[in-house]
Amino acid sequence: MPGKLKAKIVAGRHLPVMDRASDLTDAFVEVKFGNTTFKTDVCPKSLNPQWNSEWFKFEVDDEDLQDEPLQITVLDHDTYSANDAIGKVYIDIDPLLYSEAASVISGWFPIYDTIHGIRGEINVIVKVELFNDLNRFRQSSCGVKFFCTTCIPQCYRATLVHGFVEELVVNEDPEYQWIDRIRTPRASNEARQRLISLMSGELQRKIGLKVLEMGGNAVVGYLQCFDLEGESGLVVRAIGTACTLDKLSSGSAPNTNTHMHPNTAPASNACNSPSKDGKEPVFVEDLPSSSGPPTPFRALPTSSSPPPFSPSKPCSRQSSSSDTDLSLTPKTGMGSGGSAGKEAGPLRTLLRQQTQTALEQREFPFFTLTSFPPGFLLHVGGVVSARSVKLLDRIHNPDEPETRDAWWEEIRQEIKSHARALGCHAVVGYSESTSICEEVCILSASGTAAILNPRYMREGCLDIGCTDHRFEEPSPPNCGFCHIPYDELNMPFPAQLTYCYHCRRQKVPDVLFTTIDLPSEAAVAGKGCLIQARLCRLKKKAQGEANATAISNLLPFMEYELHTQLMNKLKLRSMNALFGLHIQISVGENMLLGLASATGVYLTALPAPGGIQIAGKTPGDLSSEHISSIQKRINDTIAVNKELYQINPPELAEEGVGSPIPEPRHRSRLFRSHSESSDELSELDLSHGKKDAFVLEIDDTDAVEDIHSLLIDAPPPTGFYSCNTENMPGISNWTSGVQMFTSVRVLRLSNANLTNQGLNKIFTDLCENLLKSFYFKLRSMIPCCLCHLNFTVAVPEEELIQVTVTAVAMTYDKEQTQEKTAEKPVNKGSLEAEEQLQFPLELCADSSSSNIQTASKISVSLFTPAAKLCQNQLLIARSAGVGESTNMSPRAASVDYGSFADRCSTWLELLRLKAHTIRRGSVKTSRRTQSLAHSVSSLERCSPLQEGRSRSLRSSRSFGGSSVTVVKMTPLSFLPGTRIIKYLGIINMFFIRETTSLREEGGVSGFLHSFIAEVFAMVRAHVAALGGNAVVSYSMKECVFMENPNKNQAQCLINVSGDAVICISETDQESSASTANTGQTGGSETDGAT
Amino acid sequence: MSVELDVFVGNTTIMDEEVYQLWLDGYTVNDAVKVRMEGGVMDECEASKDVLLSDTMDQYRTFQMCERLLHSPAKLANQLLFQIPPHRQIMLIERYYAFDDTFVREVLGKKLSKGTKKDLDDISTKTSVTLKSCRRQFDNFKRVFKVVEELKGPLVENIRQHFLLSDKLARDYAAIVFFANNRFETGKRKLQYLSFQDFAFCAGQLISNWTVGAVDNMVEDMDVDLDKEFLQELKELKILITDKDLLDQHKSLVCTALRGKTKVFIEMEGSFKNLSRGLINIAAKLTNTKDVRDFFIDLVEKFIEPCRSDRWSAADMKLYLTHYTNSAHILDTFKHQVVWDRYMGVVKSCIFKMYHD
Repeated sequence: MPGKLKAKIVAGRHLPVMDRASDLTDAFVEVKFGNTTFKTDVCPKSLNPQWNSEWFKFEVDDEDLQDEPLQITVLDHDTYSANDAIGKVYIDIDPLLYSEAASVISGWFPIYDTIHGIRGEINVIVKVELFNDLNRFRQSSCGVKFFCTTCIPQCYRATLVHGFVEELVVNEDPEYQWIDRIRTPRASNEARQRLISLMSGELQRKIGLKVLEMGGNAVVGYLQCFDLEGESGLVVRAIGTACTLDKLSSGSAPNTNTHMHPNTAPASNACNSPSKDGKEPVFVEDLPSSSGPPTPFRALPTSSSPPPFSPSKPCSRQSSSSDTDLSLTPKTGMGSGGSAGKEAGPLRTLLRQQTQTALEQREFPFFTLTSFPPGFLLHVGGVVSARSVKLLDRIHNPDEPETRDAWWEEIRQEIKSHARALGCHAVVGYSESTSICEEVCILSASGTAAILNPRYMREGCLDIGCTDHRFEEPSPPNCGFCHIPYDELNMPFPAQLTYCYHCRRQKVPDVLFTTIDLPSEAAVAGKGCLIQARLCRLKKKAQGEANATAISNLLPFMEYELHTQLMNKLKLRSMNALFGLHIQISVGENMLLGLASATGVYLTALPAPGGIQIAGKTPGDLSSEHISSIQKRINDTIAVNKELYQINPPELAEEGVGSPIPEPRHRSRLFRSHSESSDELSELDLSHGKKDAFVLEIDDTDAVEDIHSLLIDAPPPTGFYSCNTENMPGISNWTSGVQMFTSVRVLRLSNANLTNQGLNKIFTDLCENLLKSFYFKLRSMIPCCLCHLNFTVAVPEEELIQVTVTAVAMTYDKEQTQEKTAEKPVNKGSLEAEEQLQFPLELCADSSSSNIQTASKISVSLFTPAAKLCQNQLLIARSAGVGESTNMSPRAASVDYGSFADRCSTWLELLRLKAHTIRRGSVKTSRRTQSLAHSVSSLERCSPLQEGRSRSLRSSRSFGGSSVTVVKMTPLSFLPGTRIIKYLGIINMFFIRETTSLREEGGVSGFLHSFIAEVFAMVRAHVAALGGNAVVSYSMKECVFMENPNKNQAQCLINVSGDAVICISETDQESSASTANTGQTGGSETDGAT
Repeated sequence: MSVELDVFVGNTTIMDEEVYQLWLDGYTVNDAVKVRMEGGVMDECEASKDVLLSDTMDQYRTFQMCERLLHSPAKLANQLLFQIPPHRQIMLIERYYAFDDTFVREVLGKKLSKGTKKDLDDISTKTSVTLKSCRRQFDNFKRVFKVVEELKGPLVENIRQHFLLSDKLARDYAAIVFFANNRFETGKRKLQYLSFQDFAFCAGQLISNWTVGAVDNMVEDMDVDLDKEFLQELKELKILITDKDLLDQHKSLVCTALRGKTKVFIEMEGSFKNLSRGLINIAAKLTNTKDVRDFFIDLVEKFIEPCRSDRWSAADMKLYLTHYTNSAHILDTFKHQVVWDRYMGVVKSCIFKMYHD
């Protein structure tokens, strides 16, 4: 018996009236785990029953502990008829299974019924006692931590990043039984909820096993998805990045101010990154014997440009789907130039080879992470993506989900080969998705081809503190990742290269598209903005293979147009790079929807984007007046946008450029490779040919429409910015206002004969109007930025378009948006500055003097960001020392510890203390690794900071006297103004809600509104019960809505996930540098939003 | 092409105070959009009418979902469905329970029954408060009435604790409950000039001086029902008008004190006996429920109107009542000083409040 689960039912409140006669309820509770059920006594005639039950004990395998949820059912006792169910609570006990996370789940949970929604609350306490199990053949993977966050979580450091893990499980969907009307909708919904809960538990356990096999202890960037394949079954699949994480106790300190991502001006620096907490994770070569998932295929260790496909592969395909097995591989290679030029010394080549091999020995050198520690990414090649259209058929043997596995395997191989074609050995920011309509399924995968720093690839680099950075002079951090990774002479596609506008030594492309977040060290000009390309394509209704073929044929055109739109819109905003690119193609019965979202930014390393020129097909084709008026509008828009996004790239001194590339103008091109089958790569240049500048031809009315639609996108109103990435380029000084929201809009197309153009307009308006609504609703938060705007489109029925958006609005301090960011760390107290600087500092101090020389040389003639960056780092290093001495002052030490001890009464305070130890440890490390000298005595003096923090937390906790913990939610990996001190476990919840009285519940909007509110409430309750106060990396991965207004019915499925965390306010830390006696800072915890 | 479904849900529930007020005031969504457009909110964020409509609908839905919780405000603080910062919760409750003085004036003292509820559309037309808002206000009165009816302890405090209202609003509700319970007549034409606040003040006086709670603070309905014993004792005051000596003595004491201090001395002297009889007869009759209901109309008819027709100023009236009350203490044979004070204290302050145009 490896585990004992204990549950206690304490009380209920706000129960619904179940007995009309007495207006009361006789409630009791069933507690079920696996096949064991316990019952409480009936608490008669009360809407607020107090059960105070004994501890119900379940003795179970840890395998079950991982798979099964604890089921709590609240019922109304009825002497004469069957007991009526009031509702249920499913508690995922996974967070209790690893030692560092939550130790107890205790709190009020909403009692949820799939028909009635939330009906009161129940107070439950759950504990787990785990016994050590040394069984080698164990099937459980208790102890493996899961994170949705796509960067190295705060308060951890990655000692090893093992790489890609994936798994999928399939089952029959109980829903088909519902269609058959075999049981009540409630029973069917509950069966489905339970099954999916079980399946995700199983999936997580299996992935955990793979991680253990690889020698890791955690999965970061865990992305779990459901495919509701209808008749053919239910697929739950997940991907992630296996890591070995160390809780930061001896390592460097956690990232203390992720909310301060710089990226602002070129002046901003590398010391403030979203992932710097993760310090240099080290990628080691997996031993072949333990590498990769247990699939029969293994990539060949040597590299050859066509992907090494196993010959057995095609056999595993279903014959029915192989015909339509058309995969498309649009590749947006806006590459960069790593190997070009003078830097290719023999040592470097060697290292590169080493890296190459290390990664190639892995089956899939993929990383689901989107942001990385500084210096980790060497070069970024561009976006690689692959899509494949498949026909679904029933999954015959759920235990052997070979077909689905093979499908994904195929796509991943394709991605890998694309990355290789771009001269890259790894894919970062990798994700997978599906779109299903009837029996057709589009599988998509995308990522960013990249070259990772060889330094992280060598074995034995675990001691990250003292890695020798001088080994090789790295490319300047703020432009290096832009340099092309592929060979200039042997480019995978024709691209326009120039010398990097920063270092002038290596080649960069004119435009860069990526799926990752903007590296924190990247030098940008101005602010970023959300750029979306939207597209609708009608298709004929068809069945089976004909349908799949039709879709396959449409896909390349859609991708091409989406890319054209993106490119045009990017130029219109005078920007030259896209981050966080996500292209979703959604299939419906009679149309395909395409939505590409990304955050545009001006990278100062890349050439300035050229304008857009309008040209008639032939001169005089259209009145030149007309053309020139359009041209003028476009030029005006570009000028306005430049102003709006404050894009003022540093002026370039001409003599510094010395570009060998003859063309004075920069061109942009779109390239795509289109592979007929995944085995052979044939590339297709669909670029706009050899035209100077970006020329749009007006040859028919469609083209005019296109241009008009280009100009439709209204800029956000004053005071608003928007992006779809983790951090907003150009804004870093967040204040505490946070408002996460979800919005769903469904449009019914009534007009039967719509054209593609008409549809495009409707779809574009839908998205634009949504954005306008957000701006309006959140106007009280100005100045504010909508971050991580995540749009999901679907075609739930023939004439419906559904758009679901989840995002977070965050307020920022307008006053110090830009220039001051560089100085900011100085005010932050010494510790932070020091920790964050660990890497960059060493860079300055240790790296060969040539680095500094180069930098300063440039700075003579032009004020490049590279130079400024270096200076800033030195400056900060100095002030960090000063800060330390402030802490050593007697004033800081004179805080009374007595009162502090008094306060340590609650567990929360104890946690603060823990955090304190961590921080102390971190001081030690940074001292060891840095050349800055500090006296050891300063160590003890750090405590006063701690004191202040605990005090302020106490005050914020008691704010307002409300009995409900405020739980913040954000799709980002951080909360501004706070520091995450503990990850409590993953939240992964699936709910179904159904109604047979749609009108009475306020129609479809009323129904969905209350359901989403209920889902939020249940997530918050679970987090609060784990002892947390926030959810980070929150996402709503599924929101499937079906209605039948004629029958007054509707059904909705929602799947959400995120990381439950405890975070503490940072306000006191900031002020602690000036005074140790931090005052009460209550209220900072509450959402600033209204 | 039509928007089939449109929702926006924030982790922290977003509520616009302006829209909340429109909702409370019973505006339809379309009317609310119109009002908002006229209010110029569109210019703030380059919004269009569609945006405004969508936002208004969202907010209306949110309020409807919250309404259930607002019926028992204590639930709002520990419910889990909506994450609302405490200060917003207070705002929501306070505004939900706020009422229009013109409306409450119409139902003040009426039985909070279904019958009255049926008349709400007439009241709505008369007061130009929307029917929806009238219903909400009426239901609030009824709800508060029902809850405090069965509670022990001080009325205002009970209301404040159960409905988490501000002190001011709790006092107003106490007045409404008190009036509804005792069914005081307030609708007569002669009382029309009095505002709700006048009555609320008087109710406060009555509650704190004449109810059971004024002497014993741990009985049911203590602040709602008048102290029966006290009402009985009031009959004893009749001696002031039935005993001719006492009456004369009282008059001469008052007149001596007033002489030269007022321009209307002659009129005061002349109407002393009438006024005194009026006040004391009101006191003596209060054992009758019917006469309790007429308390305010009696005050107006028997005291305020005669004084006003003699053109007493408010200061004159104050002066008169002060001396009228105090002089009774000097009367040797008058033994009911305590009852007299308890009675006159309230009457005096009620009349002070009610003596205006």
